[in-house]
Amino acid sequence: MRALAFGAALALSSAAYGQDVAKEIQRYRQMVAEGSPAELFELEGETLWQKPQGPKNVSLERCDLGEGPGVLKGAYAHLPRYFKDADRVMDLETRLLYCMTALQGRSREEATARVFGTADRASEFELLSAYIAGQSRGVAIRPGISHPKENASYELGRALYFHRVGAWDFSCASCHGEEGKRIRMQDLPVLYQPQYARPVLATWPAYRVSTSQFVTLQWRMNDCYRQMRTPEPTFGSETTVALIHFLTATAQGETYQGPGSKR
Amino acid sequence: MAAGPMKMRASLGAGFTEVRVLMTHPMETGLRKDADGKIVPQHFIQNLTVKVNGTTVMDAQISQAVSRNPVFSFRLKGGAKGDKIEVSWLDNHGESAAIEAAVA
Repeated sequence: MRALAFGAALALSSAAYGQDVAKEIQRYRQMVAEGSPAELFELEGETLWQKPQGPKNVSLERCDLGEGPGVLKGAYAHLPRYFKDADRVMDLETRLLYCMTALQGRSREEATARVFGTADRASEFELLSAYIAGQSRGVAIRPGISHPKENASYELGRALYFHRVGAWDFSCASCHGEEGKRIRMQDLPVLYQPQYARPVLATWPAYRVSTSQFVTLQWRMNDCYRQMRTPEPTFGSETTVALIHFLTATAQGETYQGPGSKR
Repeated sequence: MAAGPMKMRASLGAGFTEVRVLMTHPMETGLRKDADGKIVPQHFIQNLTVKVNGTTVMDAQISQAVSRNPVFSFRLKGGAKGDKIEVSWLDNHGESAAIEAAVA
């Protein structure tokens, strides 16, 4: 009887402990969100957006992100989408790369030499993403899903999400496929379900506190594939764009909140 | 490294002014090593000064214990709409930056 009572008390205290941890994690996340320096990256991104660069020495201000040349308001919330001039579906970063080559006359090699930055120096794509995504605050997420190529991209993204690859036979769903899973203190959202995808896609790109870096969705795809031990995907490839397209379409209808913060 | 941007918001509360300021700074502790195994020298903000309409109201000494790209949030007693708040920092390399905003 004594042993039984002791066992019950132990079970109770560990449940209370679990709740405390969850509450503390929640508090920590709130503090991280309040102290996010994402806005500093937005400011730097704005300067870069207006800075003339490349052989043609022009800025990106005439770049058409889908809402017309130079229109930024709500542009990010409506990406990825099909672009007639490039005849393919593009996410923000892929579109920026297109503008760097088409508008500024830069070579793809030069423009993609440094797509992901460091804590000491953010990349162009990171700074520009921060600024442009910030211009979609309060706009409902609505990527293109009507053109046949948009449908194909969405379907490809969905298939890739569940497709197991590499030496470890991993798919996105291996980690993000079951409810209630986490790695250390990170909850693993089931991203093919709208209720999980919505809050996530509403806060990417984001400032990452643990590395003091601003990170983008192309980086996230790249790093997930690295963790899955696949060869490195090409920046702005059909694969990474399709995955971003699938995830964003799953989150559609959610109000975009602007660059967020991650642990 | 040239000083990066700063951003500040100052809003009026009930009998106080809420200030939130973001600053770009590497805040190197002097304990970290770079890729070549060499110690990255100390580089951190030492002094933080807050002025209201030109009068210093706060002078803070901070250290390497503060994170990279720090955010400071504090309340000042009183205040009125349009008061000019100026926040500046000075680091151990003698570099500095400042930002000014009116209370909204």
